[in-house]
Amino acid sequence: MIEDPILKVVGLTKKFGGVTALSDVSFEVGEGEILGIIGPNGSGKTTIVNNITGFIKPSSGMIFFKGKNITGQKPHKIADMGVTRTFQVMRPYYSLPAYKNLVIPLFSPRARRTGGWRGGGRLGDRHTVSIDILEEIGFERDSYIPFKTTSTLPTGYLKRLELARCLSLKPEIIICDEVFSGLSMSEIASMVPLIERLQMDGITIVMIEHRLRELFRVANRIMVMNFGEKLIEGSPDEVMADAGVKEAYFGSEEVEEVMTYA
Amino acid sequence: MDIAQARKERIDRGIKVRSDGLYALMSLKELSYLTLPRFLLIAGMLSLPFLMPGMYWQRVISIVCIYSLLALSFDFLAHYVGLVCLGGAFFIGMGGYIAGILNTYFGLPPVLTIPLATIIGGALSTFLLLPCLPLKGVYFAIVTLMYPLFMARIIEAFDIFGGTDGIIGIDSFSNHWVEQYVVIGVVLGFVFGLRRLVNMDIGLIFTAIMDNDQAVKASGINITLYRALAVFIASSMGCLGGACITHIYMWSGISQFALDFSILPIAATVIGGAGTLVGPVLGCLILVPVSELLRDFGTLRIVFYAVILVAFILFKSEGIMEFVQRKYEQFERWTKI
Repeated sequence: MIEDPILKVVGLTKKFGGVTALSDVSFEVGEGEILGIIGPNGSGKTTIVNNITGFIKPSSGMIFFKGKNITGQKPHKIADMGVTRTFQVMRPYYSLPAYKNLVIPLFSPRARRTGGWRGGGRLGDRHTVSIDILEEIGFERDSYIPFKTTSTLPTGYLKRLELARCLSLKPEIIICDEVFSGLSMSEIASMVPLIERLQMDGITIVMIEHRLRELFRVANRIMVMNFGEKLIEGSPDEVMADAGVKEAYFGSEEVEEVMTYA
Repeated sequence: MDIAQARKERIDRGIKVRSDGLYALMSLKELSYLTLPRFLLIAGMLSLPFLMPGMYWQRVISIVCIYSLLALSFDFLAHYVGLVCLGGAFFIGMGGYIAGILNTYFGLPPVLTIPLATIIGGALSTFLLLPCLPLKGVYFAIVTLMYPLFMARIIEAFDIFGGTDGIIGIDSFSNHWVEQYVVIGVVLGFVFGLRRLVNMDIGLIFTAIMDNDQAVKASGINITLYRALAVFIASSMGCLGGACITHIYMWSGISQFALDFSILPIAATVIGGAGTLVGPVLGCLILVPVSELLRDFGTLRIVFYAVILVAFILFKSEGIMEFVQRKYEQFERWTKI
């Protein structure tokens, strides 16, 4: 048990018609830690994210953020509290230049209230502020990349843009839904220090990931999902040692083999 | 050069490129390149009442302006907020009836009834449309199309506000010059005002909601609030037009809920160029007088009207404004492949 968890999920269940996507999932996230969630396709990882951030309402169960019940709240209310998310399928504004993507979160009540990022534009032009944020997340300020139309950017930058949207809200929690997927090895290698830096800044991170090697490097704890149920939770080493995990997630293959492959 | 081995390429004119940046302020030539189209629009609109041959055509100008307001609000909602709104007739009717009621029942002069009808009408329309704001695309269009029919039937059935006869004996504008310059001024104000609005940060929020509402929700922004704000702006414009039309005809009646007010602005937007804001005004400047000229043909004019529309959709679907803007900013030449 974690003392004073920043995020606490109790008995989360979600049924889509006759399909039970999540059944009785409970977990806690401590302040400032990185929790990794892994599991095969269709095991309910993204459904957890959607439930926490209010994009779908749980059938039963409760979600607490800093001890406050946020179950079934509207997505913008939850984001306003500081629980932010990235989307697995990136959702930038394709028609806008990259830096204008961040004007929208900087316009939000939270960005204006928290006063970070120079007051979300109150004390500075939102366009300037958004370029500051983009630089922090790996867009070179002096290049033309922040000014390119978003639809022309490669996946690596779009994933960074997803993170930047969360960052511009001055979040308490970032829930990353597969930020490493679809990236090349070198792009992933440059994302890992970024995640570590966010943790050093005191942001709690929940990561859903298929790239196990990188996840196990950054995560403090790992939770394994299978068929909508929580299989096991523990440190990366404990999870790797568990026989049930191997069977559910890795099939008959040897774990080491998969690890080298991943 | 062999045409089969060539293609057309479009290149920005030098002066367009030079006047893009701040340096445009340093040269009269570039400054006038930038201001000329805007000056032409303003001067053209302001001189229209003098160019018209008589009272009849001057009245047509007022009607053009009222349709322009509706077309502007349609264009704004459809291409900057992502709501296809067929509620032109609804807004005109709301504004018209509110202005009529304020004028006859409360004895307020047009100076007060028009602004009041604009704000009250906009607020009421937004309130009535609030339940269907989460709807998108054709569903929102259907609901907005239903409201004017609904309002007209209510007035007819309950025989309120003069019933089928309408409200009569409403004050007119003090003279026809005031009438025309009020509506022309309002249209010009809204063209430039909306252009400014969509280029501000809040305009970016509207566009973002159209592109990708999930990401806006995830950014901690209440999308219903901003949709409601956009609908308020658009419906206020319609209600303003309705209030003006009531004072122009000195009458408000059920025919203000007629579907013409919903359909013609869309046609004007198609002809003028969707998403340009100025285009719909140009479209109205063409369509409304054409529709007056065709009045001699009786019901056959709908056929001519349809032919014009189809021709535009087939041959110049980008619209007049996009076409003219391209010619103004770019030149074309053949290059070898």
